Amino acid sequence: MQVKTTKTSAAPAIHARPVSWWSLLKRDLYLSRHYYILMAPFMLIFFMFTVIPVAISLGLSFFHFNMLELPRFVGWQNYSRLFLNDDVFLIALKNTLLFAVITGPLSYIACFLFAWIINELSPKIRAVMTLVFYAPSISGNVFFIWLIIFSGDSYGYMNGFLMRLGVVLEPIQWLADEKYVLAIVIIVQLWLSLGTSFLAFIAGLQTIDRSLVEAGTVDGIKNRWQELWYITLPSMRPQLMFGAVMQITASFAVAEISIALAGFPSVNYAAHTVVTHLMDFGTIRFEMGYASAIATVLFALMLGTNVFTQKMLRKIGE
Amino acid sequence: MTSKVRAVFGMPKRLNRSFTVSLMLFALLGVFGSFMVLPLIYAVNNAFKPLDELFIFPPRFWVNNPTTENFADLINLMGNSWVPLSRYIANTLLITILGTAGHILFASAAAYPLAKYRFPGSKVLFTIVILSLMFSPHVTAIPNYMVMSWLGWINTHASIIVPSLAFSLGLFLMKQFMEQIPDALLEAAKIDGANEYRIFWSIVMPNVKPAWLTLMILQFPALWGTDGGSFIYSENLKTLHYALSQIVQGGIARAGVGAAVALLLMIVPITLFIISQSSVMQTMATSGMKE
Repeated sequence: MQVKTTKTSAAPAIHARPVSWWSLLKRDLYLSRHYYILMAPFMLIFFMFTVIPVAISLGLSFFHFNMLELPRFVGWQNYSRLFLNDDVFLIALKNTLLFAVITGPLSYIACFLFAWIINELSPKIRAVMTLVFYAPSISGNVFFIWLIIFSGDSYGYMNGFLMRLGVVLEPIQWLADEKYVLAIVIIVQLWLSLGTSFLAFIAGLQTIDRSLVEAGTVDGIKNRWQELWYITLPSMRPQLMFGAVMQITASFAVAEISIALAGFPSVNYAAHTVVTHLMDFGTIRFEMGYASAIATVLFALMLGTNVFTQKMLRKIGE
Repeated sequence: MTSKVRAVFGMPKRLNRSFTVSLMLFALLGVFGSFMVLPLIYAVNNAFKPLDELFIFPPRFWVNNPTTENFADLINLMGNSWVPLSRYIANTLLITILGTAGHILFASAAAYPLAKYRFPGSKVLFTIVILSLMFSPHVTAIPNYMVMSWLGWINTHASIIVPSLAFSLGLFLMKQFMEQIPDALLEAAKIDGANEYRIFWSIVMPNVKPAWLTLMILQFPALWGTDGGSFIYSENLKTLHYALSQIVQGGIARAGVGAAVALLLMIVPITLFIISQSSVMQTMATSGMKE
């Protein structure tokens, strides 16, 4: 900003050699040195533990590497094995896409819908309801409560409840039956998913200019749905973008919940996801090249979905 | 009639609202609200149940004769383990406090130039930060382990604390918040002779206090709940969460203690959120993704 002033005012420079691009850059770099120093600690760690690992992972996916021998270049072989010879990966991919298609949009809509309803309440009730919806996602690993609820014996709450109603006579092995296990993991994932984006939505809703709504009424907005589409959603576009990124990333990365509830590996891989597949090859079988290929596919999926969703969200309120 | 019901529900009068639809929406909120909160209430109840009530059939939701026996058992049990409980607590506090405080400091320091100035590389760096929001840490788990072992940090607390200092969501939120600080304030400080570090520390930082709380509420539960992951193996370096989940895995006989543990683990982050709620909301409002 203030950098430019001295340069342009350095008056009639008849004698001057043409200023090279390189010397301009050097000057800019020198004048911004304090900014680089301020950013250095964060950026060093960020590159060390995020950017460089991603780069290593991309590179390693073309190698055969087991931590013992030197990496051996194998080209696209890891990828072809992944898609052509690995049936478990295809199950994992199918499950992950199911999570992405079900929990992603559902949790995103739930985040917005509940934030929107809560916004109509008086401040005190609003605070309480925010806590009610946000608490599960920050209460750490209390999802083992769900282990008790879906426990396979008659002490499990779901079994006890259904048996008392007479719906079932024998306790159901909820978490050891491939018919139920994926659905249960999805429910618990939804329970946990009202996190950062939910908070961002609530806060965003509170900053919408009320005079916009009044102006809209004059222009013929008749009900809350029109208000939602023409005023609320467009005013919240930045938060909606942010929320989409957070929810998409979370729904593609389901792993801990699946492991905690369904075990690792889950019965007949019924709740296997790309991330649990990655853990399997990375931390158990030490096939690092192959695991990196899985990670790269996951990265591509997340990035692709994010870019696509961002494009869709631009159309809101048009 | 409707105005009275509105008053009971605490609903301020709004334009363009049909009362029936309002009631339906609040009913929806109630149903899903109970779905969200019942497991947590159940966890609280369970922690105070005596052993015979935990195994009653059919199982009951509410506690009949509350007791603090489970907590006493927990303390006894931990007293018998060869690593004292205080050690686990100290480890967790060290990781959580250093990790959270350091993250707030580092993320703010990096966010200030990105929010307020343009300089060579600023756009590229911020784009990389945004991109990194879009994938989960699982993608980098394996190379991360390689980097850690290359640094010789396996089995040290540094392997948990240092990576958590540069969490890209924190930088992103901090930058969005700092953009709202008026430029005139910074200009004035510059005219008074303050250098960039001075401006950052004495003007920018005090102005973004609500944002500190937001980063805290995002970072704290993650670190509080860490079990050391794949980096920490020594028992005396393990965290409270790890020790407590060991107890939970102890099985049926310790079900009461397990319930007490669940309550202890969830109560701390929730309390923190209640305390900081209003400030957190204030910051989140500014957290828009740039188009």
